Amino acid sequence: MSYDATFRVWRGDAEGGDLQSFTVAVNEGEVVLDVIHRLQSTQVGDLAVRWNCKAGKCGSCSAEINGRPRLMCMTRMSTFGEDETVTVTPLRAFPVIRDLVTDVSFNYEQAARIPAFTPKAREEDGNHRMQQVDVERSQEFRKCIECWLCQDVCHVIRDHEGNKAAFSGPRFMIRLAELDMHPLDTVDRRDAAQDEFGLGYCNITKCCSEVCPEGIHITDNGIIPLKERVVDRRFDPLTWLGSKIGRRPQA
Amino acid sequence: MELERHEYDVVVVGAGGAGLRAAIEAQENGARTAVVCKSLLGKAHTVMAEGGIAAAMANLYPEDNWRVHFRDTMRGGKMLNHWRMAQLHAQEAPDRVRELEDWGALFDRTPDGLISQRDFGGHRYARLAHVGDRTGLELIRTLQQRTVALGIDVFMECTVTRLLTGPAGDGGPDEVTGAFGYWRESGRFVAWQAPSVVLATGGIGKSYKVTSNSWEYTGDGHSLALQAGATLVNMEFVQFHPTGMVWPPSVRGILVTESVRGDGGILKNSAGNRFMFDYIPDFFRKETAETEAEADRWYDDKKNNRRPPELLPRDEVARAINSEVKAGRGSPHGGVFLDIASRRSAEYIRKRLPSMYHQFRELAEVDITAEAMEVGPTCHYVMGGVEVDPDTEAARVPGLFAAGEVAGGMHGSNRLGGNSLSDLLVFGRRAGLAAAEHALKRIDRTHLRDDALADAARAALAPFEREGGENPYTVQHDLQQTMHDLVGIIRTAPEMEQALERIAALKERVANLSVEGHRQYNPGWHLALDLPHMLVVSECIARAALERQESRGGHTRDDFPATDDEWARTNLICAQAPDGSVALTRQPLPRMPAELADVFEEVSAS
Repeated sequence: MSYDATFRVWRGDAEGGDLQSFTVAVNEGEVVLDVIHRLQSTQVGDLAVRWNCKAGKCGSCSAEINGRPRLMCMTRMSTFGEDETVTVTPLRAFPVIRDLVTDVSFNYEQAARIPAFTPKAREEDGNHRMQQVDVERSQEFRKCIECWLCQDVCHVIRDHEGNKAAFSGPRFMIRLAELDMHPLDTVDRRDAAQDEFGLGYCNITKCCSEVCPEGIHITDNGIIPLKERVVDRRFDPLTWLGSKIGRRPQA
Repeated sequence: MELERHEYDVVVVGAGGAGLRAAIEAQENGARTAVVCKSLLGKAHTVMAEGGIAAAMANLYPEDNWRVHFRDTMRGGKMLNHWRMAQLHAQEAPDRVRELEDWGALFDRTPDGLISQRDFGGHRYARLAHVGDRTGLELIRTLQQRTVALGIDVFMECTVTRLLTGPAGDGGPDEVTGAFGYWRESGRFVAWQAPSVVLATGGIGKSYKVTSNSWEYTGDGHSLALQAGATLVNMEFVQFHPTGMVWPPSVRGILVTESVRGDGGILKNSAGNRFMFDYIPDFFRKETAETEAEADRWYDDKKNNRRPPELLPRDEVARAINSEVKAGRGSPHGGVFLDIASRRSAEYIRKRLPSMYHQFRELAEVDITAEAMEVGPTCHYVMGGVEVDPDTEAARVPGLFAAGEVAGGMHGSNRLGGNSLSDLLVFGRRAGLAAAEHALKRIDRTHLRDDALADAARAALAPFEREGGENPYTVQHDLQQTMHDLVGIIRTAPEMEQALERIAALKERVANLSVEGHRQYNPGWHLALDLPHMLVVSECIARAALERQESRGGHTRDDFPATDDEWARTNLICAQAPDGSVALTRQPLPRMPAELADVFEEVSAS
């Protein structure tokens, strides 16, 4: 069941690089990451690649496979023809460090900017009580494995490097949505979502939802409801009046 | 030598559950704290944990309490656990779970709105707080977000290669002065001066061929502790999780959560028999169902029925599967069948086990709501680890602490499912607290010695100096094959002696490795530096396993199949001898106080 495949893998660093071709064996049931590992152990010992769990749970092995942002560990070789060339390149939205490894520190900087979760007090018996239906909305976003594929595919930052200063990207829109819908959180981040994290930059093309390996409905369940809540707050006449003449209403 | 230098009170090595929990506690207690981790933040192996966090919160069964949890844990470990660790763990786990909610975690709920709890092997009551079957992700993300909120410095993709020690100011034994490592991205060297170092580096599974563990699990912390003068306990006990994937070959070993069985799944052989009923040991007979009908009633009525044998502790189930396959009753790809499809609705399975559903659909083209999975044992966890004081997690070297999988004693000869996530939280917190207290007392800090730094740098660069040597990937492959074949789930003296000979030969090969390329993000070089750790840990496992002439928990000897009363009172301790070899000594097991021993009478009577 084994065959030889042609792989083109981008090799280089911040100074530049190019696609290099390899012929490499592929066995039954393998995924792209298996083939990259075989290259590493038999042909190019210093080929740089990130990976951890190899089961789609950690979000480390993100790359672009034939131009599409994907997890290498969840892309089966059987989805390609045996004579089809498989091209693996690093995430384009982030600066290359080496080979398939990119500098994703932008994402960690955004995570640190978001105002932290701030819970209400526990009940007298020391517990928090929440209904399953109420936690499920935020649970969907907490499935995020931080693979940054949504960040990579989002044309707002992929095609316009300058936008990174104003727009944190889909991953952090759903982080804001998660906190906004969290039954225990007490902080209102709606103004910040718009003014500091660039919610308005998203024009709902849904590319992020399409590449999400966890199947999170980033746009439909996260970004659109968040936009609606921001609009409610900003264009509600009473809220507007209150914000002009009195103390800013706190949630 | 180009060297980046930092100064902290506490340096935590590892950013899984234990490391992050330790860092949070140290920082909150006024210590300037840094976390150093080999991967990006949030990718540590904790993320792979699926089933849940064991804690006797009694949200579903008011009868549950810490004494029952303590008893289950000790019996699961075949009474070799350090009683004090098992006690602290059972007492403190509920508070550690509740505080996660204050940091943003969202567990699944009971109808009353409390944290829901699920059944797992070896636990008398439904006890595991969970989020579907992705509890580890929830744990790591919650702790990660708390770490970020507290502004703790994190050195991501940075590997520690040495612990640094020096003479204590008061003339006592050598104590910790800091750590030395390199940035994976650039290959540049870093040194941290710190009076407290917490090891939270996880396990050793990457020394085995079939494992659920990632590349990070190379036993660094175990090995660094030995080199620094600390000791390891219980290294012969390695847990083979009964249910790893077996097909296709590229995913062999990937974990299939115990929750499948906790939620109603059963094990069958090729004849369609529910074979676990044939493997109930006397030790657990009183608490295990005798018939399939009783086992099936137990899910809804725990008072009047006993637990299904599929939910025996992991060592028992793994051995049973191994025996069925050896007897020729295995599945087509060398495992057995794990069936939940015929027992629960598709909707229930997708809701309770979403990531298993996804994993099998994507990687094996199996729909677990319609057909059985093929599963077999996979190297999953090492019970052995750094010998620590139960209350402070202090190792024998002053200033060195260890928590989580890298620490030993808590789980005895076999860990119960769900007890590792609670272990991380309980002992991560205690280690962080003790590390902060230790550091804040050290006003006069010992400076790092230039010769020690230069030596650490020389050792790290050695693989580049040699030309024409062997490729590190080949050596790693041979080590994995050796441990799989000779120190695996069933062991014999001649095989382990052979393993020790092969490990000695591998050590010589590692000393002559060479790597291609340069220092920037070079996985070949990184592996070359991990291999010595893997070899020393493998040697500890093989030596201790050869010495312990009995079968207990995660250590099964074909030549000594029974438990032994003398060994029931004995721990094996590994230390580094002056010539660098592994020295093994026997040490009496700590004696449990009488009031705790009574728990075993009262709980089994109730």
